[in-house]
Amino acid sequence: MAPPINRRPGFSKRAQYSIFASYLLGILGAILGLLLLLISFIDPLGFAALRTIGAEAIAPVSKTLSDIGGATGNAEGEISAYFNAASKNAAMRRELEQNRMEILEARALKQENERLKRLLKLDENVPDSIAMARLISSTASSSRRIATLGVGRNSGLEPGQPVRSPEGLVGRILETGPTTARVLLVSDGKNVTPVQRASDSLPAFATGRGDGTVDIQPINIGSNPFKGGDLLITSGSGGLYSPGIPVAVVIRKTETGAIGRVLANPAKVSHAIVQPIFQAETMRQISNDSSADVEEEAGE
Amino acid sequence: MPPSRHSNIGRQPSQLRIKLVPPITVVLGSMVTALPIITDYPILPPMGLLVLLAWRLIRPGYWTVWAGFPLGLIDDIFSGQPFGSAAFLWSVVFILLEAIDRKTVSRDYWQDWLIASIATVFVLLGGMLIVDLQSHMLRLDLLVPQILLSILLYPFIARLIGAIDRWRVAS
Repeated sequence: MAPPINRRPGFSKRAQYSIFASYLLGILGAILGLLLLLISFIDPLGFAALRTIGAEAIAPVSKTLSDIGGATGNAEGEISAYFNAASKNAAMRRELEQNRMEILEARALKQENERLKRLLKLDENVPDSIAMARLISSTASSSRRIATLGVGRNSGLEPGQPVRSPEGLVGRILETGPTTARVLLVSDGKNVTPVQRASDSLPAFATGRGDGTVDIQPINIGSNPFKGGDLLITSGSGGLYSPGIPVAVVIRKTETGAIGRVLANPAKVSHAIVQPIFQAETMRQISNDSSADVEEEAGE
Repeated sequence: MPPSRHSNIGRQPSQLRIKLVPPITVVLGSMVTALPIITDYPILPPMGLLVLLAWRLIRPGYWTVWAGFPLGLIDDIFSGQPFGSAAFLWSVVFILLEAIDRKTVSRDYWQDWLIASIATVFVLLGGMLIVDLQSHMLRLDLLVPQILLSILLYPFIARLIGAIDRWRVAS
């Protein structure tokens, strides 16, 4: 396509000025953009209202489409599944054996757990869910990992509430609109989850890496006790997530920690459950029992 | 008279259509994130940007230099990037494209594709850098599939925009 015939100003002063002015406006736009960026760095939720309006506006489309298809983008997984079916089969068989043993161990642990809880007279106050909904869309083109949930403030959602699925922790509520909420996924680079190793409650932090994996750093720097296959669950410290929600499985060690794969793959999560903030739960227990000891136990 | 009413000769397309169709398609492109595509890593090409680049390269005369700013702002609402990120990056792209337009005499299709590819890579890398200014975990390898997909998608978008453009100016 040839450019328009006369884009050059020639000697006309007026044409030259108008070109200069248009450049000036363009540069002004870039500078304004930079300023807005600066503002959103200083106050990340400053433009939440605008984003909420956007999410609310397109929510009907997202909701309808996700109801029809449920076709969340997992084509990549399905294609590659054909290629390494055989090796996967063998790996899965090994995994199955291992799981069988772990289930037996878990059963024993569960029994012991119940017995200990009875001893402590700690009634199991499992945080019930506030709402259950579909993840209707996500920031699939940005390097931020934020998904949109199909329920919002009208259903009692508040920023900070943990979102989980049966597989594990999905993330936490970042911003709420009337009928939509934005969920900061576990794998987002700005999401730090306090976790512990399920086997020996070794405390660590899981930071998102933006690609469905998390970077796990033990709190005791210097030692690197992780090995492949370690299960990490939320520790409950920080008061946001209730303890015991599975978060990730270690896939490989690094120099200072480990890389883990997030268990709740948001692409495959059909329904997400929003839970109350764990700290609120603790607070209620304090007022119920008015005993510091019990509160300590509940926080574990 | 029915025949003359249906005759196309001498009819002007509505000014509204000529003026509004390009920005509307760009905004629709930005809204593609509304589709229930939920991924673990960035893979969806930046459709708003690709549509805008296609329009900008097909119809250089239509766009003012500052058009990247408002359209980028709208894209920021839907993309999940920090607010102002696309407004800044798209403005820079528009200034550079304007400079290129004034320097070069003519462009062919392949050069358009190259320019669009470079602009897309610039915006995607810039977007990631802006996000990572805060979290300090730069992972450029994550962008490779998205960049490749965007570059391969551009010719199709350009075709589509070309068709829409024909309809836009047709009477």
